[in-house]
Amino acid sequence: MAEASTRETYGKTLVELGRENPNIVVLDADVSPSTMTSFFAREFPDRFFDCGLEEQNMVSIAAGLAASGKTVFATTFVVFVVCRCFDQLRLCLSQPNLNVKIVATHGGISVGEDGTSHQAIEDLALCCALPSFTVVVPADAIETAGAIRVAASDYGPFYIRLSRPKTPIVYPEGYHFTLGKAVTMRQGKDATIIAMGIMVAKALEAADNLARQGIDCRVINTHTLKPLDKAAIVKAASETGAIVVAEEHLAHGGLGSRVAQIVAKEKPVLMEFVNLGDRYALSGKADELLQRYGLTARDIEESVKSAVKRKQYFQARQ
Amino acid sequence: MPNHSEVCPESTSPSNKFNLSTAELKEMAKKLRRHVITMTATAGSGHPGGSLSAADIITALYFKVLRYNPKNPQWSNRDRFILSKGHAAPILYAALAEAGYFPVAELTTLRKLDSRLQGHTDRKFTPGVEMSAGSLGMGLSFAIGVALAARLDSKTYRTYVLLSDGECEEGQTWEAALSAAHFKVDNLTTIIDCNGMQLSGWTRDIMNLEPFIQKWQAFGWHTIDIDGHDLDQILPACQGAEKIKGKPTVIIARTIKGKGVSFMENNAAFHGKAPTWKEAERALKELE
Ligand SMILES: Cc1ncc(C[n+]2csc(CCOP(=O)(O)OP(=O)(O)O)c2C)c(N)n1
Repeated sequence: MAEASTRETYGKTLVELGRENPNIVVLDADVSPSTMTSFFAREFPDRFFDCGLEEQNMVSIAAGLAASGKTVFATTFVVFVVCRCFDQLRLCLSQPNLNVKIVATHGGISVGEDGTSHQAIEDLALCCALPSFTVVVPADAIETAGAIRVAASDYGPFYIRLSRPKTPIVYPEGYHFTLGKAVTMRQGKDATIIAMGIMVAKALEAADNLARQGIDCRVINTHTLKPLDKAAIVKAASETGAIVVAEEHLAHGGLGSRVAQIVAKEKPVLMEFVNLGDRYALSGKADELLQRYGLTARDIEESVKSAVKRKQYFQARQ
Repeated sequence: MPNHSEVCPESTSPSNKFNLSTAELKEMAKKLRRHVITMTATAGSGHPGGSLSAADIITALYFKVLRYNPKNPQWSNRDRFILSKGHAAPILYAALAEAGYFPVAELTTLRKLDSRLQGHTDRKFTPGVEMSAGSLGMGLSFAIGVALAARLDSKTYRTYVLLSDGECEEGQTWEAALSAAHFKVDNLTTIIDCNGMQLSGWTRDIMNLEPFIQKWQAFGWHTIDIDGHDLDQILPACQGAEKIKGKPTVIIARTIKGKGVSFMENNAAFHGKAPTWKEAERALKELE
């Protein structure tokens, strides 16, 4: 699969948006060469504020700008804005429902060699806990551009998680991103893999492999984690009877928890979960880490097989 | 005291500016203090101490310094007042009501279910409230954002933010202090209600801030040191702050927690405790 950097797409999209909309202001916290907000800074120096290593200050300044009518993108690495600034996200953005877009890069363990301190794997639980926030994890660069554009035009606080490494392209050029609407990447009837972010490409690879083994697997990309596309999940549960959720996040509070809550209420079916469990990872290359901590296509395949087997067992007893 | 429609008829200008004499301001400050006592006593909870220490500053701002229009709270060129110490909500609500944002009778709904007057300031519900606050240390940053927006839009409104001295123990306040100087935010006046006390006692005992003025100066700020209960010092300080260009200005206002009510003055017990009705009666008598 071809790959592209979601960060670079973010940087370029911001520049386009900056040209279209003079009301857009961008903040960063000393990592603009990495987050690629540097592109915007170069073209619109008056509308770019580097807040230095003052992430909490950055989030509250963003709130003040937004309260005065600006559309604000505030960016740094995930750990420094979500994990460090939770109170600011809560009081300055979520409670007053202000128009600030937290676009954070270097999410998940695929950050790699920088290690535990830099691997944000709690961020989705934290941001999904915030009323009024919209939470999006794009699967590739094309979806990133769409999500950033929607964030710029839709009112309210957003959290968008991007990755450090390049991400396989899973969409054709011209794909139209619709907020809150999950994308069925592949049809199937035996089980459904629900994934987001870098796990979408792995889910597709797993489904290909499973097809060769006679298991017909649906793949759904829930790029919008909040609000989650309930209809697509209930439909998948009804039509395939088994669901595997794959995410680059801890077990609790992310996609798995949120899907399970819907499934448990609307259409209980067997579920399996592919995630990081309840532990931190180590330094290493991104691919090595994904392998070590169970986030590969192979891991998804095994979970699907287990789910299908359990589904068949229960069906046979009914 | 002229009511606000006399001061500025709605039809002539969106800008509304009270212009009370010093004697009238003193009366107004007393009135706001009485509201604080009645509001917290009625609610049975709330923060009288830090509301009373800020009463003269708030009075000077709302009835002399700020341009705003209570009939159009979102008027885009209004001066912004940001209360960072959100627990002092009662004194802000009292000023907003007297200024005409909502009926004075509404003040006694403070902290009641479905009231617009939430326990800590919330910009979603209360006309005239610019910032949701309650977790200390965020207001200066927020105010910088508001002031930067004015600069970006070439607007002439001025932003005022009121901090507590306790908030200056929060790291974020100093992040903001650095950045205001770095961004040369000179369309913002920061006022610190330096009552020397915090929740559980004296600031110098809990977390010493001294040398306080020197800290702000070292961070690149122009400083003005005043008695925060003396209107003849507050008003010139606000005028002086407007004249400083190229750097931010902070007014260090020396105040007394609980000011105006003898048994609340310098008494940490009344930081977050409402007076009983008996105490309230005594307090109101002292504030006549
Ligand atoms: C971040 C944060 N920590 C703790 C509190 C609880 N609290 C409320 S007021 C206060 C201290 C009050 O002292 P100061 O800030 O100086 O306010 P003032 O004396 O002017 O009322 C504390 C600790 C809070 N609101 N926010």
